[in-house]
Amino acid sequence: MADIVVKGGRVIDATGERMADVAIEGNNIVAVGEGLTALRVLDAGGCVVAPGFVDIHTHLREPGTEDAETIESGSRAAVLGGYTAVVAMPNTTPPIDDASVVRDVLALGRDALCDVHTSAAITVGRAGDRLAPMAEMAELGVHLFTDDGDGVQDPGVMRNALEYAAGLGVTLAQHCEVDSLSLDGQMNEGEWSSRLGMPGIPAEAEELMVMRDIALARMTGARVHFQHLSTAGSVAMVRAARQAGVPVSAEATTHHFTLTEAEVAGYDPVFKVNPPLRTVADVGGVKLGLADGSIDAIATDHAPHTADAKNLPFDQAPPGMLGLETAFALAVTELDLSIAEIIALLSWRPAAIAGIATEHGAPIAPGSPANVTIFDPVTTWTVDPRELASLSRNTPYAGRTLTGRVRHTIVAGEAVVIDGDAQR
Amino acid sequence: MSRQHLLTIDDLGADGIEELLDLTDSFVEVSERRIPKVPVLRGKTVAWLFYEDSTRTRLSFETAARRLSADTMNFSVSSSSVNKGESVLDTVQTIEAMGVDAIVVRHGSAGVPRQITGWVDASVINAGDGWHAHPTQALLDCYTLRQHRGNIDGLRIAIVGDIKHSRVARSNVAAFTAMGADVTLVAPRTLLPPAVGLWPVEVTHSLDDVLAHVDVVYLLRMQLERQAQALVPSLREYTAEYGLTASRFARLDPDALIMHPGPMNRGVEIAADVPESPQAVVTNQVRNGVAVRMSVLFRLLGSEVDPRQLVEESFSG
Repeated sequence: MADIVVKGGRVIDATGERMADVAIEGNNIVAVGEGLTALRVLDAGGCVVAPGFVDIHTHLREPGTEDAETIESGSRAAVLGGYTAVVAMPNTTPPIDDASVVRDVLALGRDALCDVHTSAAITVGRAGDRLAPMAEMAELGVHLFTDDGDGVQDPGVMRNALEYAAGLGVTLAQHCEVDSLSLDGQMNEGEWSSRLGMPGIPAEAEELMVMRDIALARMTGARVHFQHLSTAGSVAMVRAARQAGVPVSAEATTHHFTLTEAEVAGYDPVFKVNPPLRTVADVGGVKLGLADGSIDAIATDHAPHTADAKNLPFDQAPPGMLGLETAFALAVTELDLSIAEIIALLSWRPAAIAGIATEHGAPIAPGSPANVTIFDPVTTWTVDPRELASLSRNTPYAGRTLTGRVRHTIVAGEAVVIDGDAQR
Repeated sequence: MSRQHLLTIDDLGADGIEELLDLTDSFVEVSERRIPKVPVLRGKTVAWLFYEDSTRTRLSFETAARRLSADTMNFSVSSSSVNKGESVLDTVQTIEAMGVDAIVVRHGSAGVPRQITGWVDASVINAGDGWHAHPTQALLDCYTLRQHRGNIDGLRIAIVGDIKHSRVARSNVAAFTAMGADVTLVAPRTLLPPAVGLWPVEVTHSLDDVLAHVDVVYLLRMQLERQAQALVPSLREYTAEYGLTASRFARLDPDALIMHPGPMNRGVEIAADVPESPQAVVTNQVRNGVAVRMSVLFRLLGSEVDPRQLVEESFSG
């Protein structure tokens, strides 16, 4: 007899949708159909049963800043948000730029509630000069390489990194920001930075590097993944590059399609993020990119910070906001897309970018790994920072009422979230 | 005026500015008495929290508070726990625990005064935050203009220099335009805010073009570091293009006023002897600063006192 049956839900995956029960035994889905039974029944009445979500941009803060988040607490936030896998970012202390740190992070991830993968730095110390030992880290399973938090400034270094990575079958992901244009910028450069008296980060600081890396991807034939695109111009360039057959992919964060620079008016550092919140037109551009496939995936850029770190003058506070527990509901609430399209943006498309598509995002079918998210697409709830599982509270959505809530999350056959409660 | 705080000129609006300028007349009168002191804020405590050096603004606020008989508490940043890494949040909560009615704050980061309003119950007065705002400077400039010209409405005012990095410029644009002046900003593009096109002002890159058509030239302090940031080629070239040189001074309308928030870089934005001309009202700006800050403190902390009592309540002697 199966261990778990998810009963009475509407199954939606890359192959289509149907009403069906889903039976799970051990780590795998064993049956999909009518009237299935098991030792344990998870009710999915009125709910959607989908392949688990994958966040390809998560700051888990371990090692180094464990008061803001740990791999364990971050994974709990992830499964409550419907994620069955996350890809940790390497800007930890020390940075994830050699095999020993990769091993440590993966070892800590083994006890986590979801599947924890890690990215690793492109350059040693994320300093932009010398290549990190990518082959050694790729052998440990690292698929995405990024200096996230910083872009690789030198085009020659980036070219070499792309050519080297192509030979390893891994993907470089770029945080696009030309430092000499962003300088000590604190927010989007424009109407609000002018009014608030803060140095701005112009859209062109991102767009110039997007433009450069499209050229380098064309030149080398190596894939570039663009992280957290924030401007309409960036999205348009990626769209044109894809149409021209250049090997690029892209992600957008939830905050870049839900919030604008006007949020900064009260100088609350919770709204400080990099890339910064942009204009209404940029939000429209990102939404369009998500709708027409120019952008492959929604990522969270989940960036926990303690209250002490955020209770600083705006220009001294670190950038970043929480995302794991609100991303899915924000997509349902704010995007004019079908549930199936939203699942694609959250599940199998990011899984493909992370190189984990056989484990996560696979069709709900016998033999597939049992990484499954069950959510209610119509229920509403109000974001209360105190109720979040993250160790930090820096969500910009406090008090917002959102539509869509994760009910159960199953990771490798284990029901880690049942009826909205983490089971460990 | 927002009842509790003074953070920006926008908080006041035209009516609020007008009201404060009217009130300032009474305090100018008080300041001219033999004993320039009234007991209207007796029992109130005002704390200074200056994260940036500022001799003139701090002395001006201190003098204003003492003339109103308030107690003052100086939280000297350089010699205090701030140097030991204490956050602004912890510092202001410590100050408040000692019992203060108002905190006058200057900080190099835009928005800090607003953040402090969320952390304490005391009134917060912005004495300058980053590039953002310096509302009492704008008020004393408006008062000075009104004193010399009777009315700000319709005045043609050129603000010249580093607008982008200037809290004085931001607050003065807000105040002058609210009071009906026609404001022209004069600067190279590198020293203008990126979205200045959305501001209710004219913009020109030529001081020579506007010289003959202005009632007021408001000069901003030019800082040497703008040269290192590649925003201007050199101070010498800045002076040649945007300085109020002797020859430019000669082409001004003889009634045109010259203002500067201080401290001046003589020989850079203003020729060495121009400040001594009768058209320059820089000293009046400083003098009026005390009376304007008295009216700000009085409006925020003296709500139970009728301004008409100022006369009766003066110390005899």
